Amino acid sequence: MEELKQELKAKIIDQLNLEDINVEDINDNDPLFGDGLGLDSIDALELIVMLDKDYGIKLTDPKEGRAIFESIDVMAKYISEHRSK
Amino acid sequence: MKPVYIHSVASISAQNTVDETAFLDDLVFYEDNVLPAIDPNYKDFIPPAAARRMAKGIKMGVVASKLALNQAGIDKPDAIITGTGLGCLRDSEKFVSAILDNNEQFLTPTPFIQSTHNTVGGQIALELQCKGYNFTYVHASVSFESALLDAELQLKNNEATNILVGGVDELGDHTTELFKLIELIKTEKVSSKALLESQTKGVVYSEGANFFLLTNEKDEKCYAELIDTAIFNTLKKDNLPTAVETFLNSNKLNPEHVDLLICGHNGDVEHDDYYEVLTSGIFSDTQQAFYKHLSGEFHTASGFGFWLANKILKTQTLPEAVKLNHVKNSEFGYVLLYNQYLGENHSFTLLRKC
Repeated sequence: MEELKQELKAKIIDQLNLEDINVEDINDNDPLFGDGLGLDSIDALELIVMLDKDYGIKLTDPKEGRAIFESIDVMAKYISEHRSK
Repeated sequence: MKPVYIHSVASISAQNTVDETAFLDDLVFYEDNVLPAIDPNYKDFIPPAAARRMAKGIKMGVVASKLALNQAGIDKPDAIITGTGLGCLRDSEKFVSAILDNNEQFLTPTPFIQSTHNTVGGQIALELQCKGYNFTYVHASVSFESALLDAELQLKNNEATNILVGGVDELGDHTTELFKLIELIKTEKVSSKALLESQTKGVVYSEGANFFLLTNEKDEKCYAELIDTAIFNTLKKDNLPTAVETFLNSNKLNPEHVDLLICGHNGDVEHDDYYEVLTSGIFSDTQQAFYKHLSGEFHTASGFGFWLANKILKTQTLPEAVKLNHVKNSEFGYVLLYNQYLGENHSFTLLRKC
């Protein structure tokens, strides 16, 4: 699980072009949207594509993302339970 | 009809042009066939949250527009008019590559949103919260002049007072490779100092953003007066002298009134002869300059020529590096710019000292 969390942090930084942010700067429980990393709705779409492409998880309802992308912790738990890749 | 003045100029190019107080004092000479623009510190101008989705062309456009607006002391122009030949190339390449690499699956939104040609104009307006006229012209090597002509007409007809006009194009890796393959870009590296001696096909390619604040209200800061702009999508070499004379006559001028002719020579042996029709013909006794050995060629490189003309008129100095012949003038009153690319999309732009 720890490895997956680190992988997710690196992917988020890379795919969302989070300049000046390192893996160490993201805490497992930090909110990804709003006051935390400050991600927005376009980032949510990017993350939905990432779940599909890298982990084989298809989110049919984008609203599901709101709960799944709450933090790295929640995201990693959801991926480990639902991944097909 | 109101007169049109250039109130401020800003350029991001392969030269050190960001500092408005300098004028080609610190030239960079290259030995290459592709010249990336010199990056300013974008973080000084664009918040990181906004910058992370911007490719280089968007950043260059946003920063050049900010520099032009700051210099003019204008917070919000009445209109934003942009010209671009190839638009946001990097995001277009990223998006198309993703389609191919992922078998038309897993397409992410950012490169698609940012790949449209009007992204730069849109981003400038978003940041300024400018809800005025916003138009992007995409017309190969007259993209910048098309934007300029639109602004000129609106200002002359007093439909606006302050208009931000600019041209922007960026390099994209894949497109650069394709241009090399079809020899639009020279196959060999060329020295900036010997571009016109290269005698080979193709150009030294580059990128850049040149933005200007145009107004119909004169003040002491104005760089020059824009007298007229003309665009010709097709123009035969034989008809070039007549076309330029007709253009000048329509402004009650003759070739003898022009103090400086600035040409868009780009070292392409197949098409530089268009310029020679004028430089060796009706303007053979006129002082001449060129600039693409400094800026490189791209669809809106003529924006760099326009920047150069404005700087020359304001400072009344002609940098040694851009001189094309040995004719000397003590004063620059009228400056005429002529540009074309691949023998198509010709433009004349006439400026006068303020």
